[in-house]
Amino acid sequence: MDITVKALDEQTRMDMLQRMLDIRYSEEQIQGLFLANLVRGTTHLCDGQEACSVGVAWALKPGDMMTCTYRGHGHALAMGISIKTLMAEMMGKASGCCGGKGGSMHMTDASVGLLGANAIVGAGLPIAVGAALTSQVKGSHHVTVALFGDGAVNIGAFHEALNMAAVWKLPVVFICENNLYGEYSPLHTTTAVENIADRACAYNIPGLIVDGQDVEVVHAHVSAAVERARAGDGPSLVELKTYRYRGHSRTDTGPYRPEGELEAWLQRDPIHILRDRMIEDGQLDAVEFEELQQATERKVAEALEWAKNEPFPLLEAAYQDVYAGGR
Amino acid sequence: MPEMTYREAVQKALADELRSDDNVIFFGEDVAKAGGAFKVTPGLYDEFGGNRVRDTPIAEQAIIGAALGAAITGLRPVAELMFADFIPVAMDQIVNQIAKYRYMSGGQFTIPLTIRAAQGGGAGFGTQHSACAEAWLMQHPGIMVVSPSTPTDMYGLLRGAIREDNPVFVLEHKMLYNMKEDVADNIQPMRLGEAQIRREGGDVTVVATQLMMHRALEAAETLADEGIDVEVIDLRSMVPMDTETVLTSIKKTSRLVVVEEAPHAAGWGGDIVSLAANEGLYWLDAPVIRVNMGHTLVAYSPPLEDEIIPNANRIAQAVRNVVQR
Ligand SMILES: Cc1ncc(C[n+]2csc(CCOP(=O)(O)OP(=O)(O)O)c2C)c(N)n1
Ligand SMILES: [Mg+2]
Repeated sequence: MDITVKALDEQTRMDMLQRMLDIRYSEEQIQGLFLANLVRGTTHLCDGQEACSVGVAWALKPGDMMTCTYRGHGHALAMGISIKTLMAEMMGKASGCCGGKGGSMHMTDASVGLLGANAIVGAGLPIAVGAALTSQVKGSHHVTVALFGDGAVNIGAFHEALNMAAVWKLPVVFICENNLYGEYSPLHTTTAVENIADRACAYNIPGLIVDGQDVEVVHAHVSAAVERARAGDGPSLVELKTYRYRGHSRTDTGPYRPEGELEAWLQRDPIHILRDRMIEDGQLDAVEFEELQQATERKVAEALEWAKNEPFPLLEAAYQDVYAGGR
Repeated sequence: MPEMTYREAVQKALADELRSDDNVIFFGEDVAKAGGAFKVTPGLYDEFGGNRVRDTPIAEQAIIGAALGAAITGLRPVAELMFADFIPVAMDQIVNQIAKYRYMSGGQFTIPLTIRAAQGGGAGFGTQHSACAEAWLMQHPGIMVVSPSTPTDMYGLLRGAIREDNPVFVLEHKMLYNMKEDVADNIQPMRLGEAQIRREGGDVTVVATQLMMHRALEAAETLADEGIDVEVIDLRSMVPMDTETVLTSIKKTSRLVVVEEAPHAAGWGGDIVSLAANEGLYWLDAPVIRVNMGHTLVAYSPPLEDEIIPNANRIAQAVRNVVQR
């Protein structure tokens, strides 16, 4: 695949920057919600990985679809779920995107193409293959992307999905957010290849290794893979090299990480990379960025307050949506 | 009236649904060009082409996951898993995905999906190719399960399953593929969830499906000669289950035998017994008996297989026992 990373126009950059900030500030608040006991169970935050979510979402067209994972707040916001709806779902409120039945790990909104955030590692890949099958059978030219972590490449569903998609030349793009860890295990202790994209050769499909911290780079590469799929040339495996700033889940502080690793990745923060480039190109100044941050922080805080005051679902919802058609 | 086998019923139902709805697609291992491991689906590939009728890799998770993905995005897929024993290979997609997908999304998706598999023993296929799958599937709200026993039902229930807006497992008993029947010209797609009384009788209710149902009918003939009048209920649909037909029958006969081609533990027969205990206790005149495989597996050796899977004699003996109490 021939890929040149071109500078996106100012408005697109601005929109991307805003959405990455939305994700960053939402994740910060969600951590707080746990401490305040407003959210139960567990959560998996994605700060540090914002360029992946936003770069991928911006590479899609209306009608394109996505499956993702429990580390899915960023993808949900990038695809267009509102912060309010996300926060309400976090708290199990009726106005959440799944009526409160999904929670942190299952942000889903079919109306924006997000076909589901899966809490079973690797399970979203075959489902994405099926969505792509629909596009192929109907000749509809929609593309589906499957997002998953580096840990998912060692589960059988990964292999089955990539092979089937390759054999049938389906319009699906497999996108691995390689954040170097699966739970508490470093990649090299669980995975025989250093680059996930190297697995692509086993399926005779393109494999792309991509800087997952630079949203324009992510966007360019994913766009190329998506348009290739749309043209009928089949799937690709795209590896986004990235890093999660926090631990795996709520309770994890990340003691297994070597000293200095987090600090090194913070030097390549996806929001700062885009901010600095925009400042350099005369599209933004430090004051404007500061204002943007403050406005975003306020917006997220307001969404949170709104969600807190939303009602819980009626109890009869417990027995609804098991079957379609009132069965 | 035309004659139709159970095997032909599957093919005909699939063909008729593929013909009547462009959103229906069908795929599985060797189902297209070769017409299936049990030669159940010949001709579909030729008539409907490789876009809608596909051979898949040997990849049960991908087959079932792809069927789900296709179902939530506008198709009405039918997937085949060949032997029901391969269902557990795809169990995550079944239990965690298909069953839960609609619910945990707050009802955003409908899942018009059918999964077919051949189940059951009696044909010498050995321990890993002879299981019945109902009990594995029934504990997952969100999924429906049917077990047709006759060519007419096979046709009507498979078409009903494909038209159903919910995920349905259609379990085909491999010992019944050659069963022949005179059938009506225009069998309609059947609504799931209705049992059928196959033989009316006043003394004992026997609830069974598929091969066990046919063996219960055989037992009923023997018992009729002894003056015992058996009512045989073909449950047909495991989820949803037609409890009303069962209860009405118990009320009439006051005696109940449940026959399953499966191990005893956590089998659906226990659900029938609990139904009788909860809602029919005062009608019962005798303890309920469950006839099943006990706590063992299906062996290859012919005499062992015959020993393990309930036959008409064992069913008849169970009926005599409840009558004598
Ligand atoms: C099939 C399955 N096995 C194990 C788990 C428990 N688990 C949850 S997240 C996780 C790590 C996955 O790592 P990765 O795919 O790299 O994604 P990341 O969390 O880094 O985004 C594990 C093992 C699970 N949810 N599903
Ligand atoms: Mg990881």
